[in-house]
Amino acid sequence: MTLYLIRRLFQALLVMLAMSLIVFIGVYGIGDPVEILISPDADQAERTRAIAALGLDLPLWRQYGVFLLRALQGDLGRSFVYNEPALQLIMQRMPATLELAIGATVMAIVIGLPLGLYAGLKPESIGGKTIMAGSILGFSLPSFWVGLMLIMVFAVQLGWLPSTGRGTTVEILGGRWSFLTHDGLAHIIMPAMNLALFKISLVIRLTRAGVREAMLMDYVKFARAKGLTNARVIFVHVFKNILIPVVTVTGLEFGSTIAFSVVTESIFAWPGMGKLIIDSINVLDRPVIVAYLMMIVFMFIIINLVVDLTYTVLDPRVRLESKAT
Amino acid sequence: MSAAVDPAAPRVETPLRRFISQFLESRIAVGGLVVFTIIVLLAVFAPLIAPQNPYDLFQLDIMDGRMEPGTVGGAGFTYWLGTDDQGRDMLSGIIYGLRISLMVGAGSALIAGIIGASLGMLAAYAGGKTDTLIMRLVDLQLSFPTILAALMILAFLGKGISNVVIALVVVEWAYYARTVRGSALVERRREYVEAAQCLALPTRRIIFVHLLPNCLPPLIVIGTIQVARAIALEATLSFLGLGVPITEPSLGLLIANGYEYMLSGKYWISFYPGIALLVTIVSINLVGDHLRDVLNPRLQK
Repeated sequence: MTLYLIRRLFQALLVMLAMSLIVFIGVYGIGDPVEILISPDADQAERTRAIAALGLDLPLWRQYGVFLLRALQGDLGRSFVYNEPALQLIMQRMPATLELAIGATVMAIVIGLPLGLYAGLKPESIGGKTIMAGSILGFSLPSFWVGLMLIMVFAVQLGWLPSTGRGTTVEILGGRWSFLTHDGLAHIIMPAMNLALFKISLVIRLTRAGVREAMLMDYVKFARAKGLTNARVIFVHVFKNILIPVVTVTGLEFGSTIAFSVVTESIFAWPGMGKLIIDSINVLDRPVIVAYLMMIVFMFIIINLVVDLTYTVLDPRVRLESKAT
Repeated sequence: MSAAVDPAAPRVETPLRRFISQFLESRIAVGGLVVFTIIVLLAVFAPLIAPQNPYDLFQLDIMDGRMEPGTVGGAGFTYWLGTDDQGRDMLSGIIYGLRISLMVGAGSALIAGIIGASLGMLAAYAGGKTDTLIMRLVDLQLSFPTILAALMILAFLGKGISNVVIALVVVEWAYYARTVRGSALVERRREYVEAAQCLALPTRRIIFVHLLPNCLPPLIVIGTIQVARAIALEATLSFLGLGVPITEPSLGLLIANGYEYMLSGKYWISFYPGIALLVTIVSINLVGDHLRDVLNPRLQK
C-alpha cells in the first residue's frame, strides 16, 4: 500500500511537470503579450522598461526556469491586468466555484440516486421509461442552452429566482460563501441545477444499470431466501454494491464539474474561477491562464489519487490485488 | 427514405441488407435520420432556401432590428422567427449558422476519426511499446474533461474556425483510437489476417484493406455520436466567445448574441438557434443510439 502510494505520487509529479511545460510553452510561446499589454502610444523606452519589468525579454527557456522556480515557492506570476498574484486571484474565486460544484454534486446524488433506483427496479414501467428518456436528454442537450432556458423561464418569465450573480455572501474560513444566506441560496439554485444536469443523468444511468445487474445476483436471491424484507435487501445489500461505481464516477466527475463550471459561471455571471479564466483568455492575461491550468491539473491529479484510494477502501478485491503485487 | 427492399427481389440476406432492414425497424431512429437529412439539405442549399443572405449588408435594414417573430419588415418582408439587433432575419441566420456548425462538427469528427482510427489500428497491430505509448496518450487525453482541453488549445491558438477544428480533433481522436484498438485486437487474431500475412502482403495493405473494414461497425457508431458531441462542443466554445469569429456565426454564436437581449424578454434571438441546435444534436443521437443496438453483435440473437 505504501509502495503503491509512493509510486502514484511519483507518477503524479511527473505528469505535473510535463503539464507545466506544455502549458507554459502553449501560453507563452504562441502570440505576443507585449502587443496587448503595452499601449501602442508608448515610446520605445517605455516599451523596453515594461518588457523588462514583466520579464518578457528573457529567452523562453529562461522564462520557464524562472516560472518553475517561482511556482515551487507558490508564486505563479502576477496578473497583467489586476496586478495581483495570479494564484491569490484564483484562490479568491475558488470558494465560489467549489460551492457551485459541491452544490451540483449533492443535487446529482439526491436527485439521481432515487430516480435511478426506481428505473432499475421497474425498468418496464412508464415512470422508469420516462426517467431513462429524460436522462438521454440530460446527456445530449448542450448545457449552456439549458442554462439560458432556465434563466428565461425562472428569472425572466416567472421572476422566481435571480438570474445572475452570487447574492449576499458570508465570510467563513477566509472565503466568501453564499449558500449560508437566504439570498445566496436563491442565487445558487439555478447555476447548480444547470451544472448538475449532466451528472444527474449519469448517476441515474449508473444506478439503474447497477441495480438491474445486482438484482440477478445470487446474494440477492440468498438474502431473499433468508426472508429479509424487500427494503433491507435493496437498501443494504444492493445499495452497497452499486455505490462503488457511483462514488467513483461522481468523484472523478468532480474535476470535470469544476472544469465545466466555466460554462455555467459564464452564463450566470457567477464570479468563480471559470469566469476568471474566460475573461483572462479574452484579454490574454497569461499568468492567470497558466495559474488556472496548473491549479486544475493539480486538482485532477489529487482527485484521481483520492478516488483510487477510496476504491481500495470500498472494494476489498482491489485491496487484495494491491497487496499481492 | 428511398425504397428500402424490393419485395420482388430474391431474398438474399447480405450484411448490408440485414443492416438496413434492422435499422428501419426503429421508427424513432428513422425519424431522426429523416430530420437530420432535412437539416443537412437545408445547410447545403442554404443560399437557395434562406429568404435573406444574412452576410449581405445591403439586404439588412437596421430599422428592422429586434423585431418579434412574424412581424412584417420595412421592405414588406415577413420575419417568421424575428430579427436580431442588426435587423438580420433569424431564420436565414439559423440556416447559414447550421452550415458552419455542421461543417465544423462533421469535419472535426472525420479528421479525428482518420487520425484516431489509424493510431488505434497501429497500436493493435504493432503491439508492444508502440501500443503502450499510444494508449498512454489516449489515457492522458481521456482523463481531462473535453471542455478543458479544448479551452486550453484555444487559449494557445486563439479563435477561428480552423483552430476550433484543431481543438475538437485533439479532444476527440482518443475515443476513436480506443474503440478501434479494441476491435482490431480481436480481429487481428482471426484466420483471414493470418492468411493475408502468409501471402506476404504489405502491412499497410493488411491493416487498411483487411483489418479496417472489419473494425468499421463500432467506428461508425462512435463516429455518429462524436459528430453530435463535436457540434455541441463547438456551440459551447462559440458561446463562450472562444470559437468561431463573429463574421462566420455558428449556432452557438447566434445564441450568445441573443443572450443579452433575453433578459429584457426578447427571447427569440437565442431561443430559435437553440432549438435548431437541439434538433440537430438529438436527431444525430437517436440515429447513433439505434446504430449501436443494430451493430452490436452482443445484442444480436
